[in-house]
Amino acid sequence: MYVAVKGGERAIQNAHAWLAEERRGDTSVAELSVPQIREQLSLAVNRVMAEGSLYDPDLAALAIKQARGDLIEAIFLIRAYRTTLPRFGASAPVDTGDMACDRRISATFKDLPGGQVLGPTFDYTHRLLDFKLAADGETPDAPMRNAEPGPVPHVTEFLNREGLIEEAPHDDTTPPDLTREPLEMPADRALRLQALTRADEGFTLSMAYSTQRGYARNHAFVGELRIGTVPVEMEIPELGFAIEIGEVTLTECETVNQFKGSKTEPPQFTRGYGLVFGQTERKAISMALVDRALRWEELGEDNVGAPAQDAEFVLYHADNIQATGFLEHIKLPHYVDFQSELELVRKLRREVEASQGQHQEAAE
Amino acid sequence: MKDTIDQTPDRKAWMSLMAKAPEGRVVALLDAALPRPAFTWLRAPEIGSVMVRGRAGGTGAPFNLGEMTITRCALTLPSGEVGHAYVQGRRKADAEAAALVDALMQTGAVNVMRTKVLEPLEQETTAKRSTRADKAAATKVDFFTMVRGED
Repeated sequence: MYVAVKGGERAIQNAHAWLAEERRGDTSVAELSVPQIREQLSLAVNRVMAEGSLYDPDLAALAIKQARGDLIEAIFLIRAYRTTLPRFGASAPVDTGDMACDRRISATFKDLPGGQVLGPTFDYTHRLLDFKLAADGETPDAPMRNAEPGPVPHVTEFLNREGLIEEAPHDDTTPPDLTREPLEMPADRALRLQALTRADEGFTLSMAYSTQRGYARNHAFVGELRIGTVPVEMEIPELGFAIEIGEVTLTECETVNQFKGSKTEPPQFTRGYGLVFGQTERKAISMALVDRALRWEELGEDNVGAPAQDAEFVLYHADNIQATGFLEHIKLPHYVDFQSELELVRKLRREVEASQGQHQEAAE
Repeated sequence: MKDTIDQTPDRKAWMSLMAKAPEGRVVALLDAALPRPAFTWLRAPEIGSVMVRGRAGGTGAPFNLGEMTITRCALTLPSGEVGHAYVQGRRKADAEAAALVDALMQTGAVNVMRTKVLEPLEQETTAKRSTRADKAAATKVDFFTMVRGED
């Protein structure tokens, strides 16, 4: 039960003033600017955009600064801001086949047309602390090599000449939107993908990991992982044609999963899909594994009772803003609730003591 | 009010180019090209969002990926040409400049706009894109499987 509390205004104001001071830290150290955060903490910015579900690097950087680096708090700020924006419309689905790739790798096919492109990756680094970074060192320019122009096709496209991989046939159904209609079960794949792409990275990672460890194991390989920019196109009603309204960086992961076939489907490779704002590859791979696990029903697989197969469990617990809102509210004043609980426990205690007293009398 | 002369493919290209331009770039190029003409707002710059969609499996059914910020506006020149702009981010000044360029592209200033605004912007965009592509190309690898010993 919620009961209004009064008072505490001065203490609250003073707490917020102190928060601002602590946020700034030692004033003999230079203050961080929003562009510095945007440029130099870009993976944090990407995570805040993905889970805040709003692509705007400047806003995400501001939120990180305001939240003192607490990314869930920053995501909360972005979600709150998002609700103040009028929505002009929806884009045409982005064409990730047309991506200008910074990175594009396949763990399954080494000789893919267009080649394996590592991009700016942490992979193959030694994970040793680099003290040069603490010493304000300058970075050398990245080497360049003439890029061959031309499209970079999706791996599954040319791999599927034998028809051994499940197809994703073209479809133009208008997808449901959980920011407009509450998320309800059963959730179709479009709704699940929307929930997963904005889901907490840690939760999604753990769910994906659980499938690798054997809870609804689905033998995932990374068929393709690509990171790069795609244009976003939208139909402009007052013009009567579509224009590109911007460009976003995306991470896309397609898994191919071993599948022995089911009552309804032949043996083939099935697919899981991850698509996330920004350079966010841990999240995109996790999303693809969880997407695949949640597809058990449409593929005619058995429900083995694994957590990652339970759409209700996964989707209702994946959103860190909902989770933290409910979790953190329990630290706010609950004095009246607690008073009544206290009364109840005292009463129960009196009853127990009284009945023990009677037992003792009876025994004597 | 004169609207959309049939130059759709061209207009689509220049509006798209300005939508993605770096902050302040269209403003700087426009102001270097000519003094700004008078205009009246049909729609003052407003900030909003667009829901970006993707497709399951890259090619399948659409789903909602998340929103992006957009600034849009529309204006008309005294001679009646209408300029529209939709630009990425929260950038009212850039939206205004882009709508002016869009309107001026329908007037006698078309060549000035092409050579002083759109072509430099196009070149900058292409250069930036190709630098990135060349850095990516330098990280291209050829993995090869080691031959296993016969035993």
